[in-house]
Amino acid sequence: MDEAGFAPSKPAERKISNPLWLNAEITFRCPLHCAYCYNPVDYTRSGPELSTEDWLRVFREARELGAVQLGISGGEPLMRDDVEVMVTEAHRLGYYTNLLTSGIGLTEKRIAAFKEGGLDQIQLSFQDSTRELNDFLSSTRTFDLKSKVAKLIKQYEYPMVLNVVLHRLNIDHIQAILDMAEAMGVEHLELANTQYYAWALINRDQLIPSREQLVRAEEITNQFRARMGNRCKVYFVVPDYYATRPKACMNGWGSVFLNIAADGLALPCHEARQLPGLTFPNVRDHDVRWIWHESPGFNAYRGDDWMKEPCRSCPDKTKDFGGCRCQAYMLTGDATNTDPVCDLSPNHHLITDVVEKAQIPGQPVKVHPIVFRDDKNSRKLSQKEQPETTPVG
Amino acid sequence: MTEPRIAPEAVIELERQYRFQWEPAQQSHVLLYPEGMIKLSGSAGEIMKCVDGKTTAAGIVEKLERAFPGNDLRKDVMEFLEVAHGRGWIRTKQAG
Repeated sequence: MDEAGFAPSKPAERKISNPLWLNAEITFRCPLHCAYCYNPVDYTRSGPELSTEDWLRVFREARELGAVQLGISGGEPLMRDDVEVMVTEAHRLGYYTNLLTSGIGLTEKRIAAFKEGGLDQIQLSFQDSTRELNDFLSSTRTFDLKSKVAKLIKQYEYPMVLNVVLHRLNIDHIQAILDMAEAMGVEHLELANTQYYAWALINRDQLIPSREQLVRAEEITNQFRARMGNRCKVYFVVPDYYATRPKACMNGWGSVFLNIAADGLALPCHEARQLPGLTFPNVRDHDVRWIWHESPGFNAYRGDDWMKEPCRSCPDKTKDFGGCRCQAYMLTGDATNTDPVCDLSPNHHLITDVVEKAQIPGQPVKVHPIVFRDDKNSRKLSQKEQPETTPVG
Repeated sequence: MTEPRIAPEAVIELERQYRFQWEPAQQSHVLLYPEGMIKLSGSAGEIMKCVDGKTTAAGIVEKLERAFPGNDLRKDVMEFLEVAHGRGWIRTKQAG
């Protein structure tokens, strides 16, 4: 190291890591209307979907950069009839291919084709999308569908992975959810509380559970975990609003995660399209190598040059990267601020105010009724008008 | 911590949700599983290359000793297989 001295290192030489995880949101179409959907609220305004050929090219280019995990998601990916083609090509390219689905549209014919094509994993999610929330879990139609799909998943020798989104209105049904998971023979169960982005941010007051609800749900989950042992691995994710340090969002901006939306927009996370002052490239105009390495959007928050205090001098900045840029923007109006989840943020009260309000027992104070994700509401939100609301309960 | 012993005559195969492959971008062999990747060292990669669902643990040792003559690999290979088994990457194939 005899060359080491005081010469300033060239900032342009910062090493950019490979993308490892390609998330393909192949469509925004969805038969469900989940009030916590993380698709953009103005999805009806997004351009036409990429063609099959475009997707296959994106898969190839991202694979050449080193991406190994492919998520085929949406919307409901099975709304497209070319998933079989995508799976087969993804497998040929050497991806570990994951299908994230509600199960709606997963017929035996399709699952057989996926198996044949080399699909590695199916992650089934349980959606309480019914407009009548009281029907949640008592809806035999939904349960029958999930059971049928679960049976198919087992029959085709896939591990049974179930994802359930928890929130204020369903978290007290945790025992019923766990019973259902056991009856379905679930091997990996993710119980993830809503994160407040997109549709879930609009409905945040209705979705955020109280601390008491969380503690109780976690206790019941722990009992289930102890009883099931190795038969079922259970993950319980609390909302980050209840944390005092932010999550290491996407493991750092432009670090491992590459999201391509239905309309071809390339993003460092699902939510980044909303960030002002940044333009994100479209895979119709640029190849993935340029997008990942050169595009201004992907370089915007790499490293820590962009950070302000308290992040800039914080020893944790290499661990949590200042949290989530989108959350900082949504709540403080400036994406370069510290994620207000951090209790060192001068804006932390924006989180604690919401959490405090969530402790009021019973129904939250309603600013507006729940806004369901559907085309009509999306069109209204695109014009920043008041969305159509549906009374609950 | 003691790993479960692997009998030399046990046939070794990958656990079903794992995939083993050479990864050019990493310049190493890797194990892929749902939403994750394990980067293997050179020697671990050589051992995993022999895990094919047909070869026994003893057979894997033999294969490697042929490929790298002059080395007594039994202890290292069996130790690795036991660690890999303990981590759930591989399993012993049931007879029949």
